[in-house]
Amino acid sequence: MNEPIKPQGQLPGRPVVGMLALGFILVLLVVDHAESTPINPFNAPPVVALGSGEAPSGAHCTQP
Amino acid sequence: MSAGFSIPVRRTGLVFLGLLLVLGSFATAGPRAALLMLVGLGLGLVLEGLRFGFAGPWRVMVTERDGRGLLAQFVAIGLAALVAFPLLASFPEELSGAHAPVGIAMIAAAFVFGLMMQIVLGCGSGTLINAGSGNLLALVALFGFIAGSFFGTLHLQWWTGLGSLPVYTLQGLFGNSAGLGVTLAGLAGLGALVYSKAAPDKRRIPRRLWLAALLIAALASLNLVIAGQSWGVVYGLGLWGAKFAQAAGMDVAATTFWSAPVHALRLQQSLLTDVTSLTNIGLLAGAFLAMRWKHNPDPQIAALSASSWVVILLAGIIMGYSARVALGCNVGAFFSGVSTGSVHGRVWFVAAFGGSYAGLRLRPRLLTPGKTVTLAAGGSGV
Repeated sequence: MNEPIKPQGQLPGRPVVGMLALGFILVLLVVDHAESTPINPFNAPPVVALGSGEAPSGAHCTQP
Repeated sequence: MSAGFSIPVRRTGLVFLGLLLVLGSFATAGPRAALLMLVGLGLGLVLEGLRFGFAGPWRVMVTERDGRGLLAQFVAIGLAALVAFPLLASFPEELSGAHAPVGIAMIAAAFVFGLMMQIVLGCGSGTLINAGSGNLLALVALFGFIAGSFFGTLHLQWWTGLGSLPVYTLQGLFGNSAGLGVTLAGLAGLGALVYSKAAPDKRRIPRRLWLAALLIAALASLNLVIAGQSWGVVYGLGLWGAKFAQAAGMDVAATTFWSAPVHALRLQQSLLTDVTSLTNIGLLAGAFLAMRWKHNPDPQIAALSASSWVVILLAGIIMGYSARVALGCNVGAFFSGVSTGSVHGRVWFVAAFGGSYAGLRLRPRLLTPGKTVTLAAGGSGV
């Protein structure tokens, strides 16, 4: 008779929180779309950097 | 994809969601973006589906003398190094490793990162993976991480100005072949140390982690080949914070960090053209797919007290900030740094592991369970 029943303020299950995380990504992309210059599809980088002859132009966390 | 759908219908929906992400990236940002989204999804599926992590294995090595996860990390890094060293040597104009300088603030920040990592039970990639797999604690920490890594960019120059060495790599110190040899020997030495300290029944890597290590090394190598740079996490999260700050009216582009050409370009352009943002989104979505693929998802974390949630958010902020100042997290600094020959990756590991050790002692004092109602007398517990 001492087993716990629903905790107070029971947390949502993993599927719900996972959907919230995906929803956050969707919000991020909407905000980004509003803040960024439109992507020019004719200016896309080569499919693969290796063999492209181009220097890497991306940013990385090791860059001060 | 609600719980009411049958499993085949739900799984069909999950496949459709994965395809939507890849094809959507292709349609909006081109084939490289689609491939990087695919790499991110793969990493998310492997990390969540095969339970490969960074923070957890560091924790159980200390608390339970369980060395299996940590040994699997060394295997993954060694396999990635076997691919990365020759590629970087052969294509220096097209590919770049995760190389950074060792500095005073970098070392201190790596220690703090390791400490916070054990408060939120996840590193940079782990926070994304756990959030995608529905862990509420990680989702709260992720919001903090994004804010913190953005704040870190605002002060990074001041911190690095406290004192840094030049960028040292094992290739530069020993040559390409010997540098790879030193890397593999170092990993083997660390592996032997972990093996000797681990409990006898907790030092043989299980098949699941061998497979995960192989797949992660392969996917990290693909990231290098496709993007021209090593796998990273923190930069993308800081950029996300910058985008939100910009949307809120802050003149982010005027700050020292974000006015530098490489960062200004990223701030100006879509996240779908940013390498780490693409793989980060893939990581989170891949973890979601892996979690929902199961018949029964794992239970949610135990309820925490209100003050503990504040601690989690603050720990996330500090973790993001320190990851930025440390020039990377377990992925960018440790995994990619070590596997591409950066000396800073090795120093980062020592400092972060020390911080992680301290964090394990701090966590029980900072986090307290929430209350539950019991049938007996409504007393609190958990």
